[in-house]
Amino acid sequence: MNAKSFLTAMFLCLPAPASTQGFAGLGTNANGFAIPQQGTFLSFPADHGSHPNFRIEWWYLTANLKGDDDLEYGVQWTLFRTALRPGSEDGWSSPQLWMGHAGLTTPNHQFFAERLARGGIGQAGVTADPFMAWIDNWEMTTVGPTLQQLNLKASGADFAYELDMSTQGQQLVLHGDNGYSVKSAGGQASYYYSQPHYQITGTLSLPHGPVAVVGQGWLDREWSSQPLAEDQSGWDWFSLSFDSGDKLMGFVLRGASADFTSGSWISADGTVTALQPGDFQALALKHSNVSGRSIPTEWKITLPAKELSVVIQAVNKQSWMGTSFPYWEGPVTISGSHTGRGYLEMTGYE
Amino acid sequence: MKRAALGALLSHWWRHPLQLITLLTGLALATGLWSAVQAINGEAKASYNLATSEIGARQNETLVPKTGFIPLSRYVELRRSGWRLSPVLEGRWPQNTGSLRLIGVDLLSHPTFSNMVENSDSESSFSLDALSSQEQLFLNPKTLEQLTVHVDLPPIVQSDQIPIDVALGDISLVERLLQRPGQITRMIILPEQPLGLHPLEDLAPELQRQSYDAGQMSRLTDSFHLNLTAFGLLSFAVGLFIVHGSVSLGIEQRRGLFRTLRAMGVPLHLLTVLLLCELLLIAIVAGSAGLVLGYLIAAALLPDVSATLSGLYGATVEGSLNLRPGWLISGIAMAVVGTLIASTQAITNIYKMPLLATPGLQARAQAASSQQYGMAVLGLALMAFGTASMLVFDGLIAGFALLAGMMLGTALMLPLLLSWVLTLGLRNARSALGEWIWADMRAQLPGISLALMALLLALATNIGVGTMVSSFRLTFLGWMDQRLSAELYVTAKDEDQAQKLVLWLTRRDITVLPIRWSEVPFHGTKLRIYGVQDDPTYREKWPMLQVQNGAWDRVSNGTAVMINEQLARRRNLWPGDDLNLTPSWKMTVVGVYSDYGNPHEQAIVTLPVLLRHADNVPNLRFGLRLPPSGVQNLIKEIQQESDFEGITMVDQNDLKARSLAVFDRTFVVTGALNLLTLGVAGFAILTSLLTLWNMRLPQLAPIWALGITRRQLAWLELWRSLALAALTALLALPLGLLLAWLLLSVINVEAFGWKLPMYIFPLDWLRLLVMALVAAAIAAAIPARKLALIKPSELLKVFAHER
Amino acid sequence: MADWEMTDNTLLQIRNVSKCYSGLGESRAVLRDVSLDLQAGKSIALTGESGSGKSTLLHLVGALDYYDSGEIKIAGTNLTNLNDSARSELRRNTVSLVFQQFNLVPSLNVAQNISLHARLANRVDQTWITSLTSRLGLTELSDRYPEQLSGGQQQRVAIGRALAVRPKLLLADEPTGNLDEVTSTAVMDLMLNLVHESGAALFLVTHSVQVANQLDRRVHLSAGKIA
Repeated sequence: MNAKSFLTAMFLCLPAPASTQGFAGLGTNANGFAIPQQGTFLSFPADHGSHPNFRIEWWYLTANLKGDDDLEYGVQWTLFRTALRPGSEDGWSSPQLWMGHAGLTTPNHQFFAERLARGGIGQAGVTADPFMAWIDNWEMTTVGPTLQQLNLKASGADFAYELDMSTQGQQLVLHGDNGYSVKSAGGQASYYYSQPHYQITGTLSLPHGPVAVVGQGWLDREWSSQPLAEDQSGWDWFSLSFDSGDKLMGFVLRGASADFTSGSWISADGTVTALQPGDFQALALKHSNVSGRSIPTEWKITLPAKELSVVIQAVNKQSWMGTSFPYWEGPVTISGSHTGRGYLEMTGYE
Repeated sequence: MKRAALGALLSHWWRHPLQLITLLTGLALATGLWSAVQAINGEAKASYNLATSEIGARQNETLVPKTGFIPLSRYVELRRSGWRLSPVLEGRWPQNTGSLRLIGVDLLSHPTFSNMVENSDSESSFSLDALSSQEQLFLNPKTLEQLTVHVDLPPIVQSDQIPIDVALGDISLVERLLQRPGQITRMIILPEQPLGLHPLEDLAPELQRQSYDAGQMSRLTDSFHLNLTAFGLLSFAVGLFIVHGSVSLGIEQRRGLFRTLRAMGVPLHLLTVLLLCELLLIAIVAGSAGLVLGYLIAAALLPDVSATLSGLYGATVEGSLNLRPGWLISGIAMAVVGTLIASTQAITNIYKMPLLATPGLQARAQAASSQQYGMAVLGLALMAFGTASMLVFDGLIAGFALLAGMMLGTALMLPLLLSWVLTLGLRNARSALGEWIWADMRAQLPGISLALMALLLALATNIGVGTMVSSFRLTFLGWMDQRLSAELYVTAKDEDQAQKLVLWLTRRDITVLPIRWSEVPFHGTKLRIYGVQDDPTYREKWPMLQVQNGAWDRVSNGTAVMINEQLARRRNLWPGDDLNLTPSWKMTVVGVYSDYGNPHEQAIVTLPVLLRHADNVPNLRFGLRLPPSGVQNLIKEIQQESDFEGITMVDQNDLKARSLAVFDRTFVVTGALNLLTLGVAGFAILTSLLTLWNMRLPQLAPIWALGITRRQLAWLELWRSLALAALTALLALPLGLLLAWLLLSVINVEAFGWKLPMYIFPLDWLRLLVMALVAAAIAAAIPARKLALIKPSELLKVFAHER
Repeated sequence: MADWEMTDNTLLQIRNVSKCYSGLGESRAVLRDVSLDLQAGKSIALTGESGSGKSTLLHLVGALDYYDSGEIKIAGTNLTNLNDSARSELRRNTVSLVFQQFNLVPSLNVAQNISLHARLANRVDQTWITSLTSRLGLTELSDRYPEQLSGGQQQRVAIGRALAVRPKLLLADEPTGNLDEVTSTAVMDLMLNLVHESGAALFLVTHSVQVANQLDRRVHLSAGKIA
């Protein structure tokens, strides 16, 4: 077993065919871990912090940015937490493991870096109030009221970025039933909320020099112990911001027999409508060869209830995150009935 | 044409098998000794690489604390500043069969851990379980065999990628086993680092960067291997003298054949190429034989080498020898290159050989004379270079440069010096025969001087190394008398038993000196600190090199520390200087004591001070002072007490004998190489004389014709050889003493950390002189015998052939 | 020059060859303007005092040494400006030499010595060699080494070796110079017969008038000039 497969195993826990196990081991049983319960009210700021009794959790920020060089950029900053067993302990014996991913997409290049850390020693973690998420020197830090204003930093061997993000005080978006988000017909679910309203200014450090950028950011928070059904192999996840001011989060969980789709419509006035399974439809139009696999980089999205029919195109078709477990993640442009920009994440493509 | 010509060339060797054997033996010996040393070095290096690294991590730089350990918070701070580091916690883990090196790594960040456990047996192969339970310990199967069953042992995964006597596990498990929570021994600096980092020197000034190559073990052992390599190279050089002699002889004897072949239409270039092919063939055959020989020598010496290394440096070298392809190739390459170097002159001569003219011996002698001057000048230059390097550089390199310059320089000057001596003899000769003898010796000189140079080098090395070893031994003996001052050394099974024993002994009025120590991290290695109980024994007997007035008083009142010579020299600390034993523990050095046979740094404080600063200081070993006559009785009494079952006892004499045995074993290798080199030099003289034999007949024939009997000529031949050897030995003496001084005062300090007084052993020189003379006599015996039994017709031919 | 045209039958042509040895600031002429022809299958005896230059001339013809001026042609090959490998080829294939000191290879036995030159030239005619060996009376001695042979026997081996390759031209430099008179006559008779049989031309250097008289032509060299 080499280092890569070891790490993959770490996050997959039990390596087995993808068709039965699913991406990132999210489909396995939750031995001793807490399980999301419908009707639970999320409480803030406490729920901004980590939930060590759940097996997996992430703080996931994506941003569509425009540079002073007039080019489209995309930035991803993610902190994953995975627990070997429920609970927290101090020191090396802590069962909590942390993984950070940083991505920076330019129209013709994808930069990425990964960090791993053991919990319990302070090398990585999340505090709720004041909010701070970090791994090594990558940080997402509150500089004003919790989650209203954030400072974001990450660096790799050949790139770095530092962004200032702020909202105008918009409410958090709770997906599904007040944050209880169903992930399969069988009832697997996660807690899921977002803050999709960040305005961003900042600087990207690229090999040829710094680029000043402005744009919008979208923060996702999700935790669970078993959000995928046994037969689900991966997902296609879309976060779209339309020029009209409306926003759409939609995902497809690809199952062996049937796909499961869900999402939320966030209208410009802030009203959130949870989509029913099947409302949101995504059809792959074109595939690209990415890192030796065939991956859809152009999609047709329809949401009849909102008279939405758009084509989604990758800004950079090669937005490949070649990390311990690899996936596609990058900025997209929207055309059709609505226009705008957004982010696309696709996992589980072998 | 090629086959026929090559056949004719090679037929020479079939008709002169002895000569062929000489050549092959010389080359095989040279290759063999060289390869043996290389094999030993290679084996040792492979062992260190395995032992000093967490496999593969050795390419990376590490961060080590100057003193103490690295707190976990420091690691986290540095990670939080962006530096990608991987923590390692290492310590000795006591087992009832000794102790293991227990290494804890962070499985997530360690660069190559997963490679290491890749080959573990499939039953319990590495999986996430290792992390989820974090309870597994990785061990080499051989290590596991040695461990007696231990109930508290965590689950074991076997992997032969793990070095022997090393246990590897997750740092969470290891810090618990070592009872060192939150401590880190060192941090590996990972190869890929992000942009925009602050320098480590600013972030963590208390840590120092250390590249693994500059690590403790390799620095210490490098000098030992350098010694071995120097020996190997010397043997090889001496071996090449033999090859030179044999090849020259083989070519000299075939001059007629070459002419005949040329007359029959073999082009010159083809002849040269064929000769080179012949040499290549010989080199490959002899090289292969040399490799076999080298392997055997190495296999024979390796146990001693590994004993030496573990005795001197605590480095483990496995006693078994592996065949490495690189070694095979380099051995053959050395043989081929060596042969070519040794035969350049002969081949050049052939290439320049005129088809018709016979070469004049006189002309060659003249060329040799100017060559002597050239060599002497070069020799002087080398000696000057060696001396200069001593002034410019310091340390091991300078020592070796001076050594090499002096040795080679003297060797190169030898022919001229000998020729002066012979000229002097010639001037003072009273009889015609005497005159001829001196003149003839001088004429013989160019042919034999290479062999004499070989003899000079071998003799000087023998004198030098012999003096070094003997001086060391004498010093060591004296030191042991001082250091091992207690009459009996006992080790208790546990603290409980130890307490009872002390009580029991005190009641019998026996002075009990506890031997207690603790190890603290120190400049990337470990410092052993002894805590002593004030006793006249120490004041009177401890082997001090430098000491301040009232030093022991200051040690016993807890304000000062004594350090060993290794620590003093390595950190340049002498009485009056301050020493940081740990970050929070500083003391003044008041004395430096000699501490032979131990490569590590060491300090002595008074016991209460040690106990205050260090925990986990076992109290199990004691030195007992009592009249020597009572020792055996006491041993019996202790053995009979049921309470004292399991106590081990070593009396002073026993311990001294054991130490001396270890010491002697250390130098077995040196001694063996010494003797082999001398043997090879003797062989070189033999081949040179055989080479000269053919060329000398024309010189001897007229003397014979003038009425000197063949018997007389034979005796003269023998005496001549002895005289030249004796002269060489005389010149070797000062060179050898210089070598000894260098070894004792320069190279030992670098290699072992101690300086030794030099003692002179004239009897050894006499023995060597006799050996040199015997070698020369044996070498001259064959030609002399040939001369005594030569048919007059052979001598007559000389006249018949003269044109 | 019209007469420099080589007739079909001319094997060796020596034209106006001169040679000096120089050394110690003075130069001594060894050969002066020597011209000579030898037809294929014919023999010539070169006589002269010690130092008259006869051996030097033989060495020049054998392509063992270089002349200063003039020209030597053997079987149409001009020796002037010939490089070492071409000279070697000439010696290997066209010319054979027999010297006063037999120059046998001490580490090869009689049979190997006889066939050596033929093997070098890659022209082994085993029937010819067998008959040659038997004619030379060496059959019984085939397995012996040179040091076990008498001088006459050694020279017979040398002659056999030279003729085994069937050279067009045999050069012999005092081949019987080291032999006693009786042996000398026997060896010389044998050599002349065999040369005649093999069809080779013979260029013989000798001081013996008696020997010279047995050859087709005699040339006397005196102080480097043909008398």
